[in-house]
Amino acid sequence: MGKYMARRLFQSVLLFLVFITITWFLLYALPGDIVTQKFRTNPNIPPEAAETAIRRLGLDRPILEQFWTYVTGFFRGDFGVSFNQYPRPVTEIIAERLPRTIVLFLTAIVTYYWAGFIAGKYLAWRRGKRGEMAITVGGVGLLTVFYPWFALMAIWLLSAQLGLLPISKFLDPTEWRNAPFSANEVFMRLFWTVAITSALLFSVQYAANKIRDAAPARAIRLGGTVLVIVGFVFYWWGAGGVEIRPFAGDIAEHLVLPVLVLTLVNFAGIMLLTRSSMLETMREDFILTARAKGLPEKAVRDRHAARTALLPVTTSLVLAVATVIDGGIITEFVFSWPGMGEILISSVTSEDIPLAVTAFSFIGVMALVGHFVVDMLYGVLDPRIRVSSSQ
Amino acid sequence: MTDLGQRAPEPDLEANAEAVESQEIAKAQSLWQIRWALLRRSFRNNWKLFRRNRIGIAGLVIIGFFATLAIAPSIFFATGFWSTSVYDPVTGLEPNPPSQQLEIVQTVTDPNTQIDIRQVLVDGRINGNIGDVIDVTLQPAPPYGKHWLGTDPLGRDILSQLMYGAKAAFGLGILAATVTVLIGTVVGSVAAFYGGKIDAFLMRLADLLIMVPGLAILIVISAVVRFQLWHLAVVIGILSGFGGVAIVLKSQALAVKVKPFVDAARVAGGSNARLIVAHIIPNVMPLSFLYMMFTVTSAIQSEATLSFIGLLNVDMSWGLMIQLANNQGYLLQGGRYWWMVFPAGLAVTFIAMAFFLVGRAMDEVVNPRLRKR
Repeated sequence: MGKYMARRLFQSVLLFLVFITITWFLLYALPGDIVTQKFRTNPNIPPEAAETAIRRLGLDRPILEQFWTYVTGFFRGDFGVSFNQYPRPVTEIIAERLPRTIVLFLTAIVTYYWAGFIAGKYLAWRRGKRGEMAITVGGVGLLTVFYPWFALMAIWLLSAQLGLLPISKFLDPTEWRNAPFSANEVFMRLFWTVAITSALLFSVQYAANKIRDAAPARAIRLGGTVLVIVGFVFYWWGAGGVEIRPFAGDIAEHLVLPVLVLTLVNFAGIMLLTRSSMLETMREDFILTARAKGLPEKAVRDRHAARTALLPVTTSLVLAVATVIDGGIITEFVFSWPGMGEILISSVTSEDIPLAVTAFSFIGVMALVGHFVVDMLYGVLDPRIRVSSSQ
Repeated sequence: MTDLGQRAPEPDLEANAEAVESQEIAKAQSLWQIRWALLRRSFRNNWKLFRRNRIGIAGLVIIGFFATLAIAPSIFFATGFWSTSVYDPVTGLEPNPPSQQLEIVQTVTDPNTQIDIRQVLVDGRINGNIGDVIDVTLQPAPPYGKHWLGTDPLGRDILSQLMYGAKAAFGLGILAATVTVLIGTVVGSVAAFYGGKIDAFLMRLADLLIMVPGLAILIVISAVVRFQLWHLAVVIGILSGFGGVAIVLKSQALAVKVKPFVDAARVAGGSNARLIVAHIIPNVMPLSFLYMMFTVTSAIQSEATLSFIGLLNVDMSWGLMIQLANNQGYLLQGGRYWWMVFPAGLAVTFIAMAFFLVGRAMDEVVNPRLRKR
């Protein structure tokens, strides 16, 4: 496993180097020469000022030297200086935006994957019964719906008409006017508490699943879950959280609609995949055996069929990572969610090249890390891969 | 019994047709005649399988509907049913938009104030007293006899834009799919046939391409190039041709490569190029048609998304219609301006769905594992 992991890690790093090289040269060194357009021939900047800016940004250096500076800087965490927000380093902008994207992205991927798997499981089990075709067509409809339009319709229905949720953006500025906290401070606190809570909940579930006996397993699952939730509530509703809570609530409220829309659009794909994977599994002999043993339907479905059907779905997640990031970019654009996708679009349209290269590289890193994690997960889930790789 | 009686001739007919075809193949003189007959037979068999899938047929019907929409404006303009000055999707203008009579209930002197048209209407430029009734032209106009789907805020016909968008979508989708399939089959076959370093290089390239989000790539490229519609089609075709499609087709080509007829052709003195072109590619083709369908879906959606964001240099498309409705604030009024909101959004959704459904149905034809028991 360790050797396999190391090899995959090495491949990923190599792939990333190729990726960043192509991106950098595509954006900096192409004939259209955006740098000249942006500074030298820009009528709004006096020529001397343009020359100064070009010198300060290091754009007068030979192209290979610029590239080397960027790449070495990248691994030290220095991504250059933004063109449009001039003295502000790109690192600072990214540091603010990246967590916001990761939260949106992780919440959505967990939700839709879970929802899609459950839905697909039931759909396969009900094969040939009424409603199957309607659900399939509805699922395909959600999968292929024109996403920005769908998101805007959701805003119109849920926010504008029903007034349930905020329309867009990251927070409500009027409520934050006299806030004693910065948005990032609140957000990071929210981020860490939720991350720790979910990790604890997951470990409780995992521990409970490891125990064979039903009674202690149930006790651990119930007790652990309650304990973690009580801890979470105590943190936010206790003495420390009283002042910060309304602001955290505001951010959380703004998160609901993007995640909901992202989930709705993506879950159908997982649902249809789970369905076909389940249908294949259900033909296997061990399902017949499980039934013949007299196991209840629920146990056959959840313990035998769904467990095996999970494998191909996990592989599909490898490919889905890119799709979800795509969806994330549109989501951030439509909901004005200040994350990496929003940066990518705005920096590309305003020709802020250092920012665009870095945002795109980070999206590439997210895709690579996503693939890496899923590959590892697949190794854990499928014993065959584990065996062959350890040899 | 009557039921049986009615159904009986059908298998006979089919058996007859098959017998006729077999005779044709036996009688055929040239190689091309045999190939043609074989092609017809495999097409007919596949169609028989495809026909059973109701969802796939529904997809075909939707595609047919949009194809009709795409062809219609040429006929309308050619026969003079539509005049270009009024109905042109980009430069057309309705000269006499419908009007509505409104009563002035309040006058406002500040010309910068924007007022909801139903309650108050008058800004500093119109002279009127409270209680006067004035005519207001409706722009965007709701659907009426002359414009079946109404007009947009610039007085252009929505139906005409929708039809033009259908034409653009078909052109884009078909071009992108053709490029994908051409590149995908060649790359897949070459990688499978030669193996070794060529294979490793092409497959790592494919890995890289499927890993990076396609939309992000397109957004970044659009920073460098002002995208025309056909540029976009070619770029999408290259990305998916060298990417995911190449991987799938390579595994198919690997299975074909070890078949005896390839060895036979090699023994008969066929060069590598001939083996690939005449023996491997034709056997990989059916699977590649499947991926054509999925490419069309993603190409149409990428186009609509990019023109929605405003990164595409097109004169009219479904994405642009939605962008217009959104930028001018009609989208968030939903039901009130439905003719500006729903036709374009639903068109993108339905055509993408139709190609996807046809692709799924074809998948069941090509992959016997997926068929019903």
